[in-house]
Amino acid sequence: MAITLSENAAKRVQKFLDQRGKGIGLRLGVRTSGCSGMAYTLEFVDEAQPEDLAFESHGVTVLTDPKSLAFIDGTELDFVREGLNEGFKFNNPNVKNTCGCGESFNI
Amino acid sequence: MALLQIAEPGLSAAPHEHRLAIGIDLGTTNSLVATVRSGETAVIEDEAGRALLPSVVRYMHGDSPEVGYEAQLRQSDDPHNTIVSVKRFMGRGLKDVPGAAATPYRFVDAPGMVRLETRAGVKSPVEVSSEILKVLRSRAEAALGGELTGAVITVPAYFDDAQRQATKDAARLAGLNVLRLLNEPTAAAIAYGLDNASEGTFCIYDLGGGTFDVSILRLRQGIFEVVATNGDSALGGDDFDERIARWATEQGKVAELQVTDARLLLSLARKAKETLTDNDSARITAALASGQELDLTLSAETFFELTADLIAKTLAPTRRALRDAGLGVEDIDGVVLVGGSTRMRHVRSAVGEFFEREPLTNLDPDKVVALGAAMQANLLAGNRKADDWLLLDVIPLSLGLETMGGLAEKVIPRNATIPVARAQDFTTFKDGQTAMSIHVVQGERELVSDCRSLARFELRGIPPMVAGAARIRVSFQVDADGLLSVSAMEQTSGVQATIEVKPSYGLSDDEIAGMLQDSYTNAQRDIESRNLREQRVDGLRLIEATQAALDQDGARLLSDVERISIERAMETLRVLLNQSDYGAIKRASESLNRATAKFAARRMDASIQSALSGKRLDALEA
Ligand SMILES: Nc1ncnc2c1ncn2[C@@H]1O[C@H](COP(=O)(O)OP(=O)(O)OP(=O)(O)O)[C@@H](O)[C@H]1O
Ligand SMILES: [Mg+2]
Repeated sequence: MAITLSENAAKRVQKFLDQRGKGIGLRLGVRTSGCSGMAYTLEFVDEAQPEDLAFESHGVTVLTDPKSLAFIDGTELDFVREGLNEGFKFNNPNVKNTCGCGESFNI
Repeated sequence: MALLQIAEPGLSAAPHEHRLAIGIDLGTTNSLVATVRSGETAVIEDEAGRALLPSVVRYMHGDSPEVGYEAQLRQSDDPHNTIVSVKRFMGRGLKDVPGAAATPYRFVDAPGMVRLETRAGVKSPVEVSSEILKVLRSRAEAALGGELTGAVITVPAYFDDAQRQATKDAARLAGLNVLRLLNEPTAAAIAYGLDNASEGTFCIYDLGGGTFDVSILRLRQGIFEVVATNGDSALGGDDFDERIARWATEQGKVAELQVTDARLLLSLARKAKETLTDNDSARITAALASGQELDLTLSAETFFELTADLIAKTLAPTRRALRDAGLGVEDIDGVVLVGGSTRMRHVRSAVGEFFEREPLTNLDPDKVVALGAAMQANLLAGNRKADDWLLLDVIPLSLGLETMGGLAEKVIPRNATIPVARAQDFTTFKDGQTAMSIHVVQGERELVSDCRSLARFELRGIPPMVAGAARIRVSFQVDADGLLSVSAMEQTSGVQATIEVKPSYGLSDDEIAGMLQDSYTNAQRDIESRNLREQRVDGLRLIEATQAALDQDGARLLSDVERISIERAMETLRVLLNQSDYGAIKRASESLNRATAKFAARRMDASIQSALSGKRLDALEA
């Protein structure tokens, strides 16, 4: 069971955390909503929750809740640039189809 | 495919509902767009990696116009159709644009705002600005991968209502949802205040391409308050360019300058100026239309001498801002430099000397404003907890109403923080008065004729009452964008009228500066003329009241001798009212008061008696 960051993603997360000046890590999660069932969430973490599961990847602490983990276990978070646009991308092995938007998916 | 950004804890957006917000610095010379992604604020660059978009629009036949660098390149060979510095024309009539005659444009003087004739038709400054905004908008949409929730657009602190409205209109025309207009210096303070967690009193010194703004801001526990603003709308980097161009013309003994030569020399001058920021000399070479070749070398030292007075010109408004804030240079905890022109070495050293401290320069001076705007946009779009920080701006000149005798009554004082709402009660002057005209003015002077007229409207349907009985509450409301609306309501009957103040054109920065200056130099004279007007109003009111009383009860309650002596005192006062000795008017009013004292007492007795005998008191008073 694990969630990992690509090296590039870890570098970015660390930089954003440094600029923000506070925060203990990154939270990955899943919530139900969107055009094909579920959606990813990506947030800074100031405080860990008791039920949180923690992973360490390239020096960055990644937190998730157990319910979310069932859907995103094995995910590698990457940071990519597409033209002028740049941001994070979930490479989630559990996903059967996405809606093409990159934000929501089905298992 | 949308890429994800990191949200603040608990603030993840639902898919397809990302609150993509941008900040735009719509500058006279250059414009920029910035955004906050994963908590990081950055300017969005174009495909070529350039942050700035020159605020230049070149109209073509039929096609959509060229905007930015390509348009800038064609400035000298297509001057009529290439619009630069359009910000100067926003919300202005032709006569309000300083130096309009010196520009190559074909102006069409339209009511309210000037228009420009181009090969693609007649264009308003709002349309020209919207072309710049459209380019920034599509740049942002490409970079953020989605539709924008909204934008914060910055305007100079001194922009009046008409100029702010024009800016908003341009944004709407470009398909942007305006979250808020934000004063440029305030945006700069946001950028610095948040990134450096600074506290204290700061001076924002902004010397851009065409305008100079100076603001005194107070930062306390994340709360920004603008305590004073000042500036000069016709002073900026362009003036430095002009000095160099003039120097080159003289040095090269150029007899005749074509329009294209002038443009060419100006852009070469700007290059030379920017070179001198990091070098000790700059070479200027040009082939003029006449065939003459120029080859000159300008030393930094000569450049500094040529432009020393321009820098001195920025220090006068700086002093005024300090004085308005009631502060000395020793009270300033930090000086922030904003605007590309503050890169010049002699500007930095002059500002440093004036404030006796090194100015803050750790953010890029031409990006600071856009960065602050992006932070504000991010907050307004709901990507941060709203209580993180608060923001206050100020009213540059007092807002008020005309009252009796042509006096200006201030309702919202200058430098009040916005948004703000204030109300003041007024009453009727004449018996049975059923309408009241409301004249909204802006300025510091005592007399309406010395202030700027913003709007007039009428409150009708006031029920007839005795003079002074109606209670008319006039409310002024200035929203977060600095736009004013005024409403009036008669309290006993509830009749009301409202106006949104949209003057066809407003106060220019120069006018604001000039009016402020006037208010200081004329303070003494103003006080005297206020005294005179007040005495006149009082005297007139006294005569009217006495006359009404005489008409009603004179025959019943006065002997002939008594009546004649009252009429004589009235006549004396009436004559003096047309002269300008307010002391004499005051004394004449007092003696009329004395002459009517007995009469007034008898009327009082009579009214009490009739009240006792069952008559209504107010029927007698009327
Ligand atoms: N390295 C430099 N040295 C000297 N001046 C520079 C340098 N870089 C830019 N400038 C000058 O800065 C000015 C543009 O500044 P900026 O982009 O801040 O103006 P703006 O915000 O568009 O104008 P405004 O504030 O009047 O609306 C130009 O006059 C430009 O020549
Ligand atoms: Mg500027």
